[in-house]
Formats: sequence, structure tokens, C-alpha cells
Amino acid sequence: MRFFKNIITLLSVFSMIFLTGTTMAQAKAKAKPLKIGSILAVTGPASFLGDPELKTLKMYIAEINAKGGINGHKIEFVHYDTKGKAKEAKNFVNRLIKKDKVDIIIGGTTSGNSLAVIDLVQRAKVPFISLAGSIKIVEPVKKWVFKTPHTDKMAAEKIFTDMKKRGIKKVALITGNGGFDKSGRAQCLAMAPKYGIKIVADEQYDNADTDMTTQLTKIRATDAQAILNFGFGKAPAIVAKNIKQLGIKLPVYESHGVASKKFIELAGAAANGIRLPAAALIVADQLPANDPQKKVLLAYKKKFEAKYGPVSTFGGHAYDALFITVDAVKRAGSIDRAKIRDEIEKTHGFVGTGGIFNMSPTDHLGLNLSAFKMIEIQNGNWKLLY
Amino acid sequence: MDQLLQFLISGLTVGSIYALVALGFSIIYNASDVVNFAQGEFVMIGAMSAIFMLKAGLSYPVAAFLSIALTAAVGLALEKFAIEPAKNATVVTTIIITIGASIFLRGAALLIWGKEIYGLPPFTSNNPIRIGNATILPQNLWVMLGTAVAVLAVKYFFDRTRMGKAILACSFNKKAAYLVGINVKRMLLVSYGLSAALGAAAGLLVTPITFMSYGSGVMLGLKGFCAAILGGMGNSMGAVLGGLLLGIIETVGAGFISSGYKDAIAFFVILIVLFVKPSGILGKEEAERV
Amino acid sequence: MKRLSGFVLFALACIATPFIFPDNYYVTVVGLTIFVNIILAVSLNLLMGYAGQISLGHAAFFGLGAYSSAILTIKYGVNPWAAMAAGALFVLVLSYVLARPILRLKGHYLAMATLGLGIIVHIFFVQADQLTGGPDGISGLPTLSLFGVPIDSDMKWYWVLCSYMLLSVLFSLNIADSRAGRALSAIHGSDIAAETMGINTSKVKSHIFVFSALMASVAGSLFAHQQNFVSPESFSFFFSIELVTMVVLGGLGSTFGAVIGAFLLSILPEVLIVFEDFEVLIFGAILIVIMIFLPEGLFVALRNKATMLLSRRLGES
Repeated sequence: MRFFKNIITLLSVFSMIFLTGTTMAQAKAKAKPLKIGSILAVTGPASFLGDPELKTLKMYIAEINAKGGINGHKIEFVHYDTKGKAKEAKNFVNRLIKKDKVDIIIGGTTSGNSLAVIDLVQRAKVPFISLAGSIKIVEPVKKWVFKTPHTDKMAAEKIFTDMKKRGIKKVALITGNGGFDKSGRAQCLAMAPKYGIKIVADEQYDNADTDMTTQLTKIRATDAQAILNFGFGKAPAIVAKNIKQLGIKLPVYESHGVASKKFIELAGAAANGIRLPAAALIVADQLPANDPQKKVLLAYKKKFEAKYGPVSTFGGHAYDALFITVDAVKRAGSIDRAKIRDEIEKTHGFVGTGGIFNMSPTDHLGLNLSAFKMIEIQNGNWKLLY
Repeated sequence: MDQLLQFLISGLTVGSIYALVALGFSIIYNASDVVNFAQGEFVMIGAMSAIFMLKAGLSYPVAAFLSIALTAAVGLALEKFAIEPAKNATVVTTIIITIGASIFLRGAALLIWGKEIYGLPPFTSNNPIRIGNATILPQNLWVMLGTAVAVLAVKYFFDRTRMGKAILACSFNKKAAYLVGINVKRMLLVSYGLSAALGAAAGLLVTPITFMSYGSGVMLGLKGFCAAILGGMGNSMGAVLGGLLLGIIETVGAGFISSGYKDAIAFFVILIVLFVKPSGILGKEEAERV
Repeated sequence: MKRLSGFVLFALACIATPFIFPDNYYVTVVGLTIFVNIILAVSLNLLMGYAGQISLGHAAFFGLGAYSSAILTIKYGVNPWAAMAAGALFVLVLSYVLARPILRLKGHYLAMATLGLGIIVHIFFVQADQLTGGPDGISGLPTLSLFGVPIDSDMKWYWVLCSYMLLSVLFSLNIADSRAGRALSAIHGSDIAAETMGINTSKVKSHIFVFSALMASVAGSLFAHQQNFVSPESFSFFFSIELVTMVVLGGLGSTFGAVIGAFLLSILPEVLIVFEDFEVLIFGAILIVIMIFLPEGLFVALRNKATMLLSRRLGES
């Protein structure tokens, strides 16, 4: 009998939750706005990526709606925080597709999150614009999947190009154990021979580690001519400080993962002299006046900084994804998923914060190496090299 | 082999951080047999509150003092509002309460201080000190000094003071402690307050090296827990020994075997130690009560 | 039969749900997560609740099952069911070898050892990228078919996972009532007392350890095929702790306690989404409040209360 009673309670809780779910879904089905869903890692280890992304999306969607929407379609924005976990990303994309019935999905802050949901969006035939770095997201090309950030492969190539210019042939690699880091490491290992560069050390650390002097001591004992650290978050700042502590005088390269003022703030003086490839956004004011991106960049920077504080390139990826979508909807003249997808693929000459996008059926990113700028940190500030 | 010296020094610097966190576990454990999973959050709260007090313009000593006091207050509140009301709970249930508390405190820190990572300026100069071919930062020495002071203080507290002995008595037998006139409730309260204060002090010491964000307490707490177990739970000397050993195993493992697998190597060694000595290096083999 | 009336009702409820709420997100998507979590919580409860052995590494066995399926089917073209069996066999051997030394440990030291085991396995998933795909994981598992029917829709997965979940619950209920189950309860009370009653405690404990690991491994294989994707963070020590929380929250030592705990902790994040940044805070608070007011666990406390009220009413009449 006691079981009976409890099962009844359980059942009523079950049904209450389901009922609210279904009624909410029905209530929402009546209006006809453009529904943009997003899954971003707003908390968790990748929050410094996801947080500016979400802020950017919210800020511009509010602006677009205030101006009456796109071709009269107001944007309805549904967002879920994945905390950087692939399982959550999967569940939330399922929720966006099946419960919220969105027209397009922007997000997947981390490569792991993006890769986890590709299969779902492909099957559900929902356009998906990823905000993550890995080249695996768009290579090979998947019909419904696009992305806006530069790939880790491009970062590796940009860094190696610069090293070649400086006559560096032997490089020590030190990377974290996260998805971004490991994917970047794999690209570095794969690309190095193409540029005549030999990787003489391949060390790793855990992203929560507090000291990397051990790995760097090993690197010091090699004949490396430069150190390349592929990572994000606080770890690269610790690496930079440890390099200085050990008195290592080699040139240091970081990836685009540290392209935020936070890195300079945390690493302090140890950041000076470090080079990294990054989107033009962080050096927008140093661009020549005739640079086609300059206007877009300064406008975004001004708007974001007025509301939230220092801008990072990561929020820019969200800006690009949103306005590629907006343009596609305008051209499609409809909010039909398939039509939006076709128009995104036709994106041509779109001036974004990450570069000038030219997509095609064989290229779902549409950026080339020129979209990356080589930057050096001087006196605690970004300096555009070329 | 001149690398070995740096590996050992690096191991000691990392290890002293673990040791400092591990010490915090031992106080609450000694009072109630409970491993407090929110210990890492005490470290985080101490550091984060100090960071924001400094930002608000307070001087370093004032910010340090206030942040330790604030964290101690959080510890007291945790005991008063979450542990004490569940007085009939088993050890496992209490542990789940501390897990809940750690999630709650992390959530609160997220709301109050946001998601950014912050650092603290080092106590003294940032110029590395050379020892042979190896280097160490002055802040690392501060951490070691802090660990030494903390372990002596904790040891003195439990061995020599009335209150420390009373707390120990509570964990051996609550009822008996009550019968000899010990205010068990107050002892528990004190142990949470002290633990939190110690955690906050650890946070202040390590943040110039490790940086801090609302989620940093988790890994620090985990490593501290491992160190405490390795050394023998509840034994303050064991906590320090465990911490230093864990640090050295990690760096030597990373240095000579593989930096990618260094944590796996460390856990493997812990497992082997436990198989040989089931209650940690300095832990006492306990007779089971029937 | 009265003994199983609770189970029958529970099974009926699970079977009826998709008919009452067809094509509902909470049934076909969240429902699947709930089923997997119930299986894991029930298997962990066998170890924790009946044998009194805490484990902070349960996610490792779940992960080993999932990765065995993913690696063997994709990289070596093994039949999915054979891969699942191979994974289970591997977990069986591993857990059998580890059972004795690990279960010699007690309390927090046992917690540490299982935690260490879980973390080592997790690091392996992250680092052995040639085999495991590293942090990005492996996607594109082949479709599982049962009796020639491909399991390729959420609804079909609902029935498959539901069946396995119900089997696990039934198995767990039966163990509790068997001779072995009574031996287990004795262990939870006291090893020495059980030994003096002629029960080979270490043997019973290690059998349960292996059983529990096996259940988790098979659940992992099914999870991998259902998700069509595996990546390390689904099997981290955070998930192990979440599983322990499910068991204790529902009521340690009660099969339905584990069911309720798993249900609640799976559905809670879905409900709390609306609170955005407050989600973490509220989740922690709910956990604390339940444990303070119902320290025996949600289900066990409610059941005891219900029994008490019932007997009082019977006494009055």
C-alpha cells in the first residue's frame, strides 16, 4: 500500500511537469517570429568565451527587435547554458529542436560542444552556426553546419609563417588538456613539417594546474628556438609567468585563445614580447583607415564596451554568426530553415569582426589566413605587426 | 640530472599549496568524521573577497583580515544553518550536505563576483630566487611558510588546548563528550569557523600564484582531499606530508615519465599506497566498533 | 506478489507515459537521460546501500562500457552487441581484479581509491587520443538493431532503455529480498557481525562490486549508441559524485529511493533552466534543504511517513 501511495504522488509530479511542458510549447507555436536558439558555455571553464558571446547576441537581438525585426520578423531568442559539457549541449540542442522548435541554432562555444551536436542538427535539418575553433566542425563539409571563428589550423599556420620569417626551425610545444588545446596541438603537429619546423618538445598540463615549471624545465633542456603554447583561460598566464621565472629567453607564441585583455592582466609583465595570431578586433584602432573591416570593428567595440567593458574577439564570433543569419533571412525573404541554410551558404563579401566571409558549398567558414593578424604584446598592450 | 632539482622544488611549491588546503579538511574531520566537500570553496571565497576588497580600495592587511573573517562567518553559517539542523544525519548524508553547500557557495560566488579570473599581487617582490640551477618565487616561500605556521598551529590546537582536545573528544564519542560537559554543538561550530578561516588564509597565500575564479575551489579542494587521505585523514602532519608528496609525485612523474599522464601517475601511486597502508601514511589503523 | 506491487505500478507508469504524452520532449529526450541515470543509481545503490561501500568512481565503469562500444564498432567494425559484450567482459575482469584490494579499504579511504580509479580512467579517455579521440570524443556510432529492428528513433530508444531500466530495478529488488541481499544488509550493519554469522563478507562485497560495475558498463554501451557520441566529460568524477548524490538523496539502501533520486536530479536542471545564473545556487540550496529535513532520503522518509500515518489511521478505526 505504501508503494501505491508513493507511486501516485510520483505520477502526479510526472504529469504536472509534462503538462506544463506541453502547454508551454503549444502557447509558443501561435506567433511567427524568427526563432534563434543558442547553446553557449556561459559558466564553467570556457565561460570567458561563452559570456561575451551571450552578451553580444542579447544586445544586438534587442536592437534588431527595437527596429522592428528582420523583414518584419521579430527575433525570439532561446538560450541554454551548456557549462561547456558535451552531454548538456546535446540535450539542449535536442530541446531547442524538439521543444522550442527553433529555426536556426547559434553556438557551441567549445569545439567539444559543437562536434557533439552536429549529428543532431544534420538529422533535424536545422542550420547551425558554430562559434568554436576546431577545423573538424566544417571539414569535411556538413550540409547544415557553418562556423565563424578562425580554425586552429589557421592559427598554427599563421604562427609557423611568422616563425619561418624569423628563422625559427625548432619549436617546443606546450599545451593544455582541454578540447581547444588538444585540437590545436594536433594541428600544430600536423602543420609543422609543411613549414620546415621540427617540434622538439611536446609537453602537456592540466588546465587546472597551478605550476608548469616542470614542463618548462624539460623544454629548457632541449635545443628549441621558440616556445609555442596552445591554450586558454588562466593556464597560459601561468605558463608565461613560469617562463619568466625560469629565466628562459626564447621567443614565446600563444594561440588566439588568449586574445583578451584578461591574459595581459593576469600575466602582467611576463606577457610582454609574446606573439599571437588573433582577429583584427583587438587592434581595431591600429588598422589603416582604408581597411574595410575597421568601421564594423570600431562600431562593435564601441557598443560592447559602452555596455559591458573590455571587448574580446570571442563575442565578435557571435556578432558574425548573428549578422550572417540576419543577412541570410533578408535575402531568403522567409524563415524557412532550408532557405536560410541556402542563403548562409551564399554569404559573400560579408564584413564581420573575424574577417571578410566568402562561403561556398565547399567552404562553410569562408575565411582565409589574411583574416588573422599577427600581434605582439608590448608594454601591456596589443601591437599589430601585420 | 640538474633538472631534478627544479622538479623537486616545483614539486614542493605545488605540494605546499595542496598541503595548505589539506590542513583545512583535518579540523572538521577531527570534530565530526565528516569530509567537508565545501573546503575548496572556503579557499575560493577567501581569495575572491580579498580581491574585491582590494579593488574597492581597502589596504592589503585590512582586506586580508576582513576576507578571513568573512569566510569564517560563512563557515559558521554553514554549520549553523545546514549541518546543525541535520543533527541526526549519518556521515554520508552530512557529506552530501557539504556537497550541496559547495554547489550553493559556488553559485553565490558566481552571482556576486562573476565569471572572470583574477589574481592578487604577490606579498613581496616577484623576482625569482636562484638555488643552483633552479629557481623559486618569493611567493612560493610565503606559501611554505604559511603551511608551516598553519600545521604547527593546528597541531598545537589539538594537542595542547582545551578546546582542541574537546573537539577531538566529540569525534571519538559525541555522547561521552557531552556527558563530560563538552558543548558538542559549540565545538562543531568552532571547527567549521576555524576550517573556513584556514581555507581563506590558504586562498590569500596561493592566489598570487594560481589565480582564482568562482570555480577554482573545486580542483583545489579535490587535490587537498587527496593529500589529506594520502597522509592519513585527520592527522595534521599527515596532511602536510601528503601534500608535499603529492606535489613531488606529480612533478617528477611529469618530468621523467609523461606530463600528459602526470595526474594519472599521481593517483596510481596513491592507490598503491592505500593498498599497502589502508589508512594513509600517518593514519592510524582503526579498530572497528561492533 | 504484494512485494512487487510497487514495481508493477512503476512499470505501468513508465509504459503508459509515452501514450499519455506522445511526442513530448520530456518523455523522449529527458526521459532517456532519466532511464540511464536510474540504471546507474540503482546499480550504485546495490554497492552503497546494501553493501555499505561508497564509490566515487562509478562513472568510470559507465565510461568504459561506452568507450568500448564506440571504439570497437567504429575503429574495428565489430558488431555492436559483440562490442557491448566485449566491454562488459573487460569491465568484469577489471572490477574483479580491483575488487579485493579496493574493498579492503574503509570509509573515506575507499572513497579516495574509487575516486582515483575514476580519475585515472577519465585521464585515459582524454589523453589516449589515437584511440579515444581525446576531449572531442568519438561520434558516429552505428545504429543498434534488436531482432532485426533498427533502434533509430527516440521512441524505440525509450522502450529499449525502459526495459533495461525495469530489469535493473527488478533485479535490485530481488537481490534485496534474497539470501545474498540479507547478507548484504548485514554487511552494511557490520562486517564483523556478518562474518560471525558465517557470511564471507569480502566475497559477497566483491561480487556486488563486479555486478554493479557490469550494470554500469552495459548502460554505458547503450548510452553511447543512443547518444551516437561519446566524450570524456560525460564520465568525469563530477558525474560519479552526482550519482552518489542521487542515491543518498532518494534514500540509501532503497531501490525506489535510487529511482526517485535519479529522477529528481535528472529533471531538476531541466526545470531550473529558467533561473539562468541562479540555477547553480538554487540547485545547491534544494540539495541542502532535502538532506536537512529528510536525512534518510526523500523516498525513504516519505515512505516511512506514509506507513506511520496509515498505521495510525488503522489504529484509530
